[in-house]
Amino acid sequence: MTALAEIVTSRELLANLTLRELRSKYKRSALGWAWSLVNPLVTMAVFTVVFSVFLKAKPDAGNPSGLDIFALWLLTGLLPWNFLANSLTGGMSSLVGNANLIKKVYFPRELLVGSAVGAWLVTFMIEMGVLACVLLAFGNMVLPWIPLVLVVASLQTVFVLGLALGFAVMNVYFRDVEHFLAIGLQVWFYATPVVYPMKYVHSLAKYHALGVSALDLYRANPMTQFAIAYRNIFYDLRFPSAETWGYLVGWTAFAILAGWALFSAREGGLAEEL
Amino acid sequence: MSLPPSTEPAVVVDGVSKRFRLYHERNQSLKVAIMRRGRAKYDEFWALRDVSFEIPVGTTFGLIGENGSGKSTLLKCIARILRPEHGKITTNGKVAALLELGSGFHPELSGRENVYLNGSILGLSRKEIEAKFDEIVAFAGLERFIDSPVKNYSSGMYVRLGFSVAINVDPDILLVDEVLAVGDEAFQRKCAEKFSDFRRSGKTIVLVSHAMGQLRNLCDQVVWLDEGQVREVGAPGNVVDDYVGESHHARDQVAAGDGPADPTQHTGSRWGSGEARIDRLELLGPDGGVTTSVRTGDPVTVRLHYTTNEPIEKPVFGMALHSVEGVELTGPNTRDAGLVPEKIDGTGVVELRIDRLLLLPGTYDLSGSVYDFTCQHPYDHRHRALRFDVELGDPREEHGFLSLGGSWSADWSTGPAGA
Repeated sequence: MTALAEIVTSRELLANLTLRELRSKYKRSALGWAWSLVNPLVTMAVFTVVFSVFLKAKPDAGNPSGLDIFALWLLTGLLPWNFLANSLTGGMSSLVGNANLIKKVYFPRELLVGSAVGAWLVTFMIEMGVLACVLLAFGNMVLPWIPLVLVVASLQTVFVLGLALGFAVMNVYFRDVEHFLAIGLQVWFYATPVVYPMKYVHSLAKYHALGVSALDLYRANPMTQFAIAYRNIFYDLRFPSAETWGYLVGWTAFAILAGWALFSAREGGLAEEL
Repeated sequence: MSLPPSTEPAVVVDGVSKRFRLYHERNQSLKVAIMRRGRAKYDEFWALRDVSFEIPVGTTFGLIGENGSGKSTLLKCIARILRPEHGKITTNGKVAALLELGSGFHPELSGRENVYLNGSILGLSRKEIEAKFDEIVAFAGLERFIDSPVKNYSSGMYVRLGFSVAINVDPDILLVDEVLAVGDEAFQRKCAEKFSDFRRSGKTIVLVSHAMGQLRNLCDQVVWLDEGQVREVGAPGNVVDDYVGESHHARDQVAAGDGPADPTQHTGSRWGSGEARIDRLELLGPDGGVTTSVRTGDPVTVRLHYTTNEPIEKPVFGMALHSVEGVELTGPNTRDAGLVPEKIDGTGVVELRIDRLLLLPGTYDLSGSVYDFTCQHPYDHRHRALRFDVELGDPREEHGFLSLGGSWSADWSTGPAGA
């Protein structure tokens, strides 16, 4: 079989495995697919009440869009975060969860991780589609910006895939990884400007060592930059800065190279270890 | 085979060695790994040692050997599921493995969805599956059930569908591990026909089997593996004879008195992955006590004692009854009886109560096993672990293995023929 033919057949398998994930996720639930929208809506409502109403978080109005609605501002950062968190959790357990398959049939194992990420990507795209409609209804003309959001989403998908490949393979050897990831995601969530605007953490600039301030570290967080990029494009309606693009591309390249290297080094032993 | 002499063999196995590590305690937590400086204690075990042979295109090739001799490991290496430590395996053409059938099925999805999924895992494109879909379903005989979730299938239906998908992948090289004995007789006949089609069209088959007669008839060549090494390669007649001769010799020695201390837990072999274990297999007589000798017609109970090392979801317990010559007489399991717990953990007992034992006088062996829900993956299988005797009872019959429990009647006065 030539390499090209293998890619073509693998692509179909990836699609089928992704479909399996999606189908089995909401099988036997009365609301079915609607659950994938209910979840972010409830999270949005809770965070809006707690952070906007109780704690009076007040992000700047969109510039130049002028949009000033906390719930929508929140969603433009929250949906990409959910995509990351769900994909990492799902991708990490994809090898262990499909041990039966890995031990019985040969096929490119990375497709299992890919399909877990792919299933959440589909959910994410639906959510972003709904968000775009709502933004339009509130007068934000997002239509010309959709291609750019898709570029950022592609970068994020590759970034997430890289991390998921690494976590998935580590989880086969050490089941601690899942506990570590659950805690890590929680810390990471609050270290990222999802529920509060970034201007609130500018005081971090006071703390520095070796010429690097805590704020610089905060900015180097890849999810900070993804949140900035999504909000720039969909909420503010402007092009993200060169700095942001630099971080996105750099982190994405690092994640996929490191994840892939770790995965391919360990792939051969999976059937034995599981 | 009447094929033109092919330049390349279908499979070349060249100096293959495969090592397994048997961990005393697995390093599955980071803390333990750090405390041991990253090294778990383990024994090395070479399942295959410097195995080399070639399989010519268009032949049927058999692998024989005792349990644990490395047959299945070798098959998994050829299928690229396991990666050998040394040596190289080259295959020319598309490979499909009939290892544990239906293992890729997702229980919540319908048979139809699973056919597409399983087909693409085995390397078929969507178009190819569409073209073959009706044939696959018809071959498995599941037309009426194809849209219900496979978790509602019986173990037989499960395996039939898995087999049907795999055989329709239409590979150049087919790897088969002990699955020729699936389904009822009609299905087995269909499988046998499919295999001869395969052979006729010049495909290569690699077969692991314990059915020596089958190997003698089907194979062009046989390799005998002994403790991971090639003992003999050649024409099936010679190799099978040598192998059978040796293993009978070994069994006779065990029977002559070198057996383990408990005389009731003696004969057969044992395999499985070990998450759950069958600790003991017992036969209880009419008085409820453990025995190894009963009479035809007695009420008896077969009892399996098990222990799990970790929680096991949906286990299937089974037993099998063999004649002393090795014929499997029956093999009931808890899945077909609808008795599958969501989860077991710890120790427990499973019993099969038989109101009237309709076995005729003779010596029989019992196997006990615990498998996963697909009935394909053994946690523990104790093959022919308990030997017992049946003595003359009621009904008083002596010929063959079974009494049908029928009663004779006749009307001697009726004339010949009539309507």
